[in-house]
Amino acid sequence: MLKLFRSLKPFWLLILFTFVLVFLQSMSDLYLPTLMSDIVDKGIIEGDIPYIWKIGGFMLAVALGGAICSIAASYLSAKVAGGFGRSMRSRVFQHVQNFSLQEFDKLGTASLITRTTNDIAQTQQVLTMMLRMMISAPMMCIGGIIMAVSKDAKLSLIIVVIVPVLAGSIAIIAGMGMPLFKAMQVKLDKLNRVLRENLTGIRVIRSFNRIQHEQERFKEANYDLTSTAVRVNKIMAAMMPIMMIVMNLSTIAIVWFGGLRIRDGHMQVGDLMAFIQYAMQIMFSLIMVSMVFVMVPRASASAARINEVLSITPDIDDPLVAQSSEEGRGYLEFRDVTFSYPGAEQPALSGISFTAKPGETTAIIGGTGSGKSTLLSLIPRFYDVAEGSVLVDGVDVREMTQEELRAKIGFVPQKALLFTGTIADNIRYGKKDATDEEIREAADIAQATEFIMNMKDGFESEIAQGGNNVSGGQKQRLSIARALVRRPEIYAFDDSFSALDFKTDAKLRSALKPVTRDATVLLVAQRVSTVMDADRIIVLDEGRIAGIGTHRELMETSDVYREIVSSQLSEEEIA
Amino acid sequence: MSEQTRRPGPRMGGPRHPGGHPGQMMPAQKAKDFKGSLKRLVGYLRPRRGTLIVIFLTAILSTVFSIASPKILGKAITKLLEGVIAMAKGTPGAGIDFTYITQILLILIGLYLFSAAFSYIQQYLMAGVAQKVVYDMREQINAKLSRLPLKYFDSRTHGEILSRATNDVDNISTTLQQSLTQLITSIVTLVGVIVMMLSISPWMTLILIVTLPLSFIVIKAVASRSQKHFMAQQASLGQLNGHVEEMYTGHKIVKAFGRERESVEDFNKINEKLYSSGWKAQFISGIIMPMMMFIGNIGYVLVCVVGGIFVTHGRITIGDVQAFIQYARQFTQPIMQTANIANIIQSTIASAERVFELLDEEEEVPEAADAAVLNNPKGAVEFEHVRFGYKEDAMLIEDMNIDVKPGQTIAIVGPTGAGKTTLINLLMRFYELNGGAITIDGVNITHLKRGNLRSIFGMVLQDTWLFNGTIMENIAYGRAGATNEEVIEAAKAAHADHFIRTLPDGYDTVLNEEASNISQGQKQLLTIARAILADPSILILDEATSSVDTRTEVFIQKAMNDLMKGRTSFVIAHRLSTIRDADLILVMNQGSVIEKGNHEELLAKGGFYADLYNSQFSGGSIQEVV
Repeated sequence: MLKLFRSLKPFWLLILFTFVLVFLQSMSDLYLPTLMSDIVDKGIIEGDIPYIWKIGGFMLAVALGGAICSIAASYLSAKVAGGFGRSMRSRVFQHVQNFSLQEFDKLGTASLITRTTNDIAQTQQVLTMMLRMMISAPMMCIGGIIMAVSKDAKLSLIIVVIVPVLAGSIAIIAGMGMPLFKAMQVKLDKLNRVLRENLTGIRVIRSFNRIQHEQERFKEANYDLTSTAVRVNKIMAAMMPIMMIVMNLSTIAIVWFGGLRIRDGHMQVGDLMAFIQYAMQIMFSLIMVSMVFVMVPRASASAARINEVLSITPDIDDPLVAQSSEEGRGYLEFRDVTFSYPGAEQPALSGISFTAKPGETTAIIGGTGSGKSTLLSLIPRFYDVAEGSVLVDGVDVREMTQEELRAKIGFVPQKALLFTGTIADNIRYGKKDATDEEIREAADIAQATEFIMNMKDGFESEIAQGGNNVSGGQKQRLSIARALVRRPEIYAFDDSFSALDFKTDAKLRSALKPVTRDATVLLVAQRVSTVMDADRIIVLDEGRIAGIGTHRELMETSDVYREIVSSQLSEEEIA
Repeated sequence: MSEQTRRPGPRMGGPRHPGGHPGQMMPAQKAKDFKGSLKRLVGYLRPRRGTLIVIFLTAILSTVFSIASPKILGKAITKLLEGVIAMAKGTPGAGIDFTYITQILLILIGLYLFSAAFSYIQQYLMAGVAQKVVYDMREQINAKLSRLPLKYFDSRTHGEILSRATNDVDNISTTLQQSLTQLITSIVTLVGVIVMMLSISPWMTLILIVTLPLSFIVIKAVASRSQKHFMAQQASLGQLNGHVEEMYTGHKIVKAFGRERESVEDFNKINEKLYSSGWKAQFISGIIMPMMMFIGNIGYVLVCVVGGIFVTHGRITIGDVQAFIQYARQFTQPIMQTANIANIIQSTIASAERVFELLDEEEEVPEAADAAVLNNPKGAVEFEHVRFGYKEDAMLIEDMNIDVKPGQTIAIVGPTGAGKTTLINLLMRFYELNGGAITIDGVNITHLKRGNLRSIFGMVLQDTWLFNGTIMENIAYGRAGATNEEVIEAAKAAHADHFIRTLPDGYDTVLNEEASNISQGQKQLLTIARAILADPSILILDEATSSVDTRTEVFIQKAMNDLMKGRTSFVIAHRLSTIRDADLILVMNQGSVIEKGNHEELLAKGGFYADLYNSQFSGGSIQEVV
């Protein structure tokens, strides 16, 4: 939490002013009872009405001054908290943009989203509260004590007794309540999870006739939550009455002991009245502070999560002196590459070596978890290899800038991802300065033009967030078009035709043929028919190359490949 | 003195107002039928009428006691001043009447204790009532959800349903727990304070009440001004969250196409907008408090001055002034609180309305009282003149007739999005037909018990559904009361046993919430094992193996073939090779069945299927592509 607030440095002047203003405002609040006691002690007892008017006017001025200070403080604190939120968000977002996929895997996309949005909002909110309350409460408290002591030092001893009693009782109740609050949150999450599972699995639950079972699961979670909630609220029910009792009894004590002191001539009635108000102010500020303490743990959990993000340094960085590839375009080489995901026992890939030249198609086929997609992600350097090296155009990818490297690659991911914006925007994502002509051409090749033209606004049709208004196959075609518009040296298709029906698939691939003539094509596929006539087929099995060669060669040499083929094609097609 | 004690307590952990902002004027949502929903919500409280009456009584008593105390305390102060003035005048034998003051203070202690005790009882009882009402409500929602037809779930996002069941119910819970009694105490306080003030001095009361409209004007002016900024803030916040979500989920693409810089630029633009509307909203709503305090202080000053003058004229006592000051401070509090609570209640009723809407949704057609049970289904399925459409005006299936003999395999073929799940929806009676009938072993499915009907089917859906629990539990889900041995048997048959055993905790591995700790293919294997365990008479395979790699699929295919023996199977798949042997092929496009027949018949027909088939398997085209 504190670490995070260090980034408040640029705002120190504003914060200082806020402090001063809040101080002035607190002082004005405290000064009013003093003035009131003057009215009582001088005005009333001496019957001096003009004096009462004069002091009254003065009080109004003080109150106005306090209000102005408070408004100004509110202005500054809003600016500070808003500015803090803005700079935090921007810092975290920029930082995350530099992450490699490795860091994304580590924290999880959903978690990173919450950290950038909710967690920062949470800390910003607490900062606002702190600027408004946390400063004013101690000031009111200290100011109140000073005023009380100045009115009557001996009577202030009462405050010395009350404050620990009040603080202690708040602490005890909060201490009993907090663990239960935490337990309640956990149980609430559980209930929500059961409910969510019920919604996502509704077909399964119904088809397996497990409605009763789910009902009981829910009931259990619901009952659990309810009983904790009842307990928490019953404990918290004591909070207000106890605080009331402490405050009220202290008033009585003040009147009683104050009365004694008045009798002995140490103090005046107006002073007593003011004293009561000071005592209230002190106790109220204590309650405010306790409220802030409730919020701080929540915010500091958020702060810790944000710090965690900021403290991660991306593994993948551009080299200090970047090398440029001089020769040719599209030469790809894997040299004895081994790669492990962090924390994994077994390498995801090991001993991978092959080369691919422009005009060649290299297909990768293999089982789930055999490392097909991983192999492909090493080319744009989404991850760094553990051993060996990946070379593009004769240069190790680690010695190039990421920008230069990725400019050479047209990547089509397994899961087609589109952004909000028009269809044209989405295709243009591949090439910033693509002309309408180029976009149309890319869409043509990707077999997307037909469905695009069927949409109301054609290329200007808006894509909803997550691309939810187009089908899976359409998404895939747009994501292919996005890569095509780049005219890259290397195409990397990660099982990118899976959602297409056979007809579209076939059309698309024959349209791709002339376009990719001078490029290096890598494609991960499930269907044998997709890979059959590639120049080179790499068969992966548990991260190792189980066979490499053309369809015909592999049919002779690789058992794994034969198995795959026989599961998909009939005799005459194999021949 | 309880000036501040009646402020709303710290809402610890409460879901509403995460920051507990004073005076944050968010636009409240409005209910469509306020009265009706309110009435219905009150209906939930009716069974607990007795407790509620006690709660209300204790709330009133506790408030009345706390209102009476300043006036009594004032008496003690008056006595003090009288003594002082008498002493100042040098009246012989003058002094402060401590016996009287002691008496007063003792009465006060009693009052305070009563007030606190009643307030505790009220809160304590309310905790039970509020939470139990909410408990009932959640149970009702859950029971309702289990009776709703699939149509309801398919036409809404999960988030929307979830938010009704959680956020809205939470909202109701918090209101019941805190705002309801607060409303009562606020009103009682307001009335009580006015009565007490009038009893002290009608003139001073009048002065104070004159400041009231001022407060309203201020609140209104500020609120309407901040509304605009709040809306702008909300809009840019939504935009920002959207951008973050999109850029993070699409991180790979952003990287692959080297668009990090643009992404950051866009972000900063939105962030700037959020800042400028955010701080303004914050500031404007933040000035409500100081302004209200200033108005309160004007009242305070006026009371001091006028009270002081009155005392010098001997019209009221000094203790009354002290009491009046306390009342004046209590005065604005309940007004602001009631205004606030009015907002809260409005949003609560809106929440309740959304919950009631859910509870009022049309349920599944109830089972016939004499619903039949098929004990040993053979698996003959017949569609007789079936008519169906998701919308009345757009029929997808018109007069469909098929006759499936026990043990036959029916392949459903078509491009993605052709609506193949429709058939499943009909077979399992997730949706009701618009006409015609589906029979199993000659019995109309609408005459079967739903549970019985669904137990006849086993299915593996395209979107694997697993829940947060161990692998063992997830597979055992297929059949209630399955033993561990049976589960392992099923896992072996689905070729899942091997990978499960390589996991660190084997069958006890807990799948996390997204089940992201195993791969898509492995998930599929588990759902297959689950279906195998269920041992159904009719199988529905919904692209079951599309994410399983080709090699594993060989094994699965074998297991499936074994499983399909003697069972009627409906297979939905892209792989034409596996469908070729089907007894009947249904070709679907855009939601309707456009062709049906066996492989040879359909090829001979030269229609859509033939086209589809040739584009995949004709030798010529394979040579051309890639």
